[in-house]
Amino acid sequence: MEIIESDVVIVGAGAAGLSAAIAIAEKDPDLKISLISKVYPMRSHTCAAEGGAAGVVKPEDSLDKHFSDTVKGGDWLCDQDAVEWFVERAPKELARIERWGCPWSRDEDGNVAVRPFGGMKVERTWYAADKSGFHILHTLFQTSLKYPSIQRFDEYYSTDLITADGVCQGVTAIEMRSGQLTAFSGKAVIIATGGAGRVFPFTTNGAIKTGDGMAMAYRGGVPLKDMEFVQYHPTGLPGTGILMTEGCRGEGGILVNKDGYRYLQDYGLGPPDPWPRNKAMELGPRDILSQAFWHEQQKGRTIKTPHGDVIHMDLRHLGEDLINERLPFVRDLAKSYVGVDMVHEPVPVRPVVHYTMGGIHTDRYGQTDLGGLYAAGECACVSINGSNRLGSNSLTECLVFGREAGQRAAQQVAHTDAPNTSVVQAQRDQTQAELAALFMRENTGESVAGLRREMNEAMESGAGIYRSEDSLDKTCATLAQLRERFKKVALEDRSNVYNTDLIQALELKAMIEVAETMAHSARQRKESRGSHQRLDFTERDDTNYLNHSLATYQVSGPPIIGYKDVTITKSQPGQRVYGGDKHE
Amino acid sequence: MSERNITLDVLRYRPEIDDQPVWQTYSVPCQEDWVVLDALNYVKDNLDRTLSYRWSCHMAVCGSCAMVINDNPILSCKAFLRDLPDHIRVEPLENFPIERDLVVVLDDFMDKLKSVKPFLVPKEPLTQGTYDQSSTQLKKYKPFSMCINCLACYSVCPQCGLNDDFAGPAALALAHRYNADSRDQGRSVREDVVASNTGIWECTFVGACSEVCPKNVDPAAAIQQMKIASTMDYFKDLVIFKSRAKPTQGEDS
Repeated sequence: MEIIESDVVIVGAGAAGLSAAIAIAEKDPDLKISLISKVYPMRSHTCAAEGGAAGVVKPEDSLDKHFSDTVKGGDWLCDQDAVEWFVERAPKELARIERWGCPWSRDEDGNVAVRPFGGMKVERTWYAADKSGFHILHTLFQTSLKYPSIQRFDEYYSTDLITADGVCQGVTAIEMRSGQLTAFSGKAVIIATGGAGRVFPFTTNGAIKTGDGMAMAYRGGVPLKDMEFVQYHPTGLPGTGILMTEGCRGEGGILVNKDGYRYLQDYGLGPPDPWPRNKAMELGPRDILSQAFWHEQQKGRTIKTPHGDVIHMDLRHLGEDLINERLPFVRDLAKSYVGVDMVHEPVPVRPVVHYTMGGIHTDRYGQTDLGGLYAAGECACVSINGSNRLGSNSLTECLVFGREAGQRAAQQVAHTDAPNTSVVQAQRDQTQAELAALFMRENTGESVAGLRREMNEAMESGAGIYRSEDSLDKTCATLAQLRERFKKVALEDRSNVYNTDLIQALELKAMIEVAETMAHSARQRKESRGSHQRLDFTERDDTNYLNHSLATYQVSGPPIIGYKDVTITKSQPGQRVYGGDKHE
Repeated sequence: MSERNITLDVLRYRPEIDDQPVWQTYSVPCQEDWVVLDALNYVKDNLDRTLSYRWSCHMAVCGSCAMVINDNPILSCKAFLRDLPDHIRVEPLENFPIERDLVVVLDDFMDKLKSVKPFLVPKEPLTQGTYDQSSTQLKKYKPFSMCINCLACYSVCPQCGLNDDFAGPAALALAHRYNADSRDQGRSVREDVVASNTGIWECTFVGACSEVCPKNVDPAAAIQQMKIASTMDYFKDLVIFKSRAKPTQGEDS
């Protein structure tokens, strides 16, 4: 019955978790850090981010402009104090990882280069060609190897928070190599497990993005905030959902329908020329672009393929040299996975689930309502993204709030008592008993793969780009059944070593829980805002819904949905106007 | 979309049951545009829940899913069925102990990665702002920064098969990535491992690592460049030793 004791336990070793770990190690080398991840750090999904990370750097840019783009992009559901805090720290964190060796692309003077991105008034997206997340992740991971106080526990799957007296005291985790359940006790816990795109069938998210950390906090009594807001990225490859970075449009790519027409001009983003220009046409925000696709599809102006309807992203006019310099990875991906060379042909693309704006409710310091528990990165909702995140804010978010959560946790543990060993032991035993029950359950015909398919189908059909009372009722009902049916799921694999049948079962449990928070929050929000579009309530309703939803766990039954006011400091809700013929 | 039936022979090893690895055959109805990973996922979801393998991104960047497919170490998410026959053999990477089925033990590699000190050791440390670096300087090390740690190179490297202590292609290429970075001056601290008897001099320049690299990192070239630099150091030291009659550290000029 092993207990591993440390000062701070971090769950998740992507950009946010690694940032937190390094921040703690720098602040106080005597603090013992346990960095737990269900994968090796370099496998974390940060590696798949392509386009770049936002931070004000150009003389014609300002923190105010980054603030107002972000708040407007989020349809005024962002907490503005948090956004102010974020934009101020953004360039500092991006510079910090440059000093750690991140191979940012450069301009002709040797300075870090920036590119335009959707919904951003001024170019402020730092990039490393089209593998920005990959380079950020590897820079952070490799830098973390400098610090002896960071002890890694790779391929440990965290199952539950350990709490006592309203304070978080650690987590339980399964060592995948042995199947052993281990208790990690800590004076503070930081969750940095990323998003939950895998609750949908068609997503850019890797297999590991199953919302484990969100579910763990939720079951531990911490509300999940704004879960109805799920971002569809407008340009994924059909079939696989592989992301074609927004950088494609940042560099000047255009979107056309089956008639070769730049249809975005019909959705308030025009006129089409001059092109390129910021905050217009293809450089509009992701929610509006994905919604425009849906309308084009309704009008029969999309292109049919065996993997669903697509539109075309045309980059041919950029030329081979520029594509090779700025977009080599996505060129190769499109060639390999759909057989299209973007130098010579337009690329078929369609909207694809990409990002969860919602997450574990935190303040701007990464603190949750549960003492000793912090969250950062995509699994958290601070909230700086509101109802629609702007592209390139998320990598920066991981750095800024990962670091912040780490520093706060380091401060807090200095005056926190050691966890109560008997509580830690007892909760570990309880989790062990639950796992044993799952392990030994007789086959009842319910399978992990079967339930996962039904959950995916329910989310896509009822909680997609456009939702309605009717569609969400059905999805909520299906999810409630799945929650019950999960209790009958039996494993086929009853071995201990690297049992992925077991891990997938636990991931499915987390996904069903997260999916319920998304569907119920969406059903209760009777307005359309950002990425949450209701066919039966088509307007934004600031009178009733200028607030965050909070989904709270119930031991049996669906979540209870409450609300919390949005913090407004200087930007009163206004119209989201994009397009216009001026290069702002 | 046309369906194609694939016979998948998978080398399995369940340490709690098997004394040694055993082959298991699955018949998998596949779509023509699938990759081998899709076929494995079909097996996992429909035929056999007990099969274990690593995967995540399905876009050739997380590096989890490299395995030996018809004798070639390759990312299974980029091993297209259109390029393969109807009968496919899937095995774990070579030169690593098998943990379970297609999952290999990475402990040794993780230690080697750390041993080369893969982090920037700056010339003149800044505490704020950014270092200047021209695009030409960036190009010098950028290709060596593209390694996704998939470990296909260790699977084909003859030295990795012969000498367990050899740091290996990916770790050495990463050392070179930092050595070649204009912001770095850590080459001398990396030499402890890089130029040791488990480092670059173990490489016999077969070049198989560079051939199988899915990201064109070219570890063989990295190792050759480090051999040249290390040899230069040696002769420089000799000259200085002769002229000053005392040894010096191999500092970067």
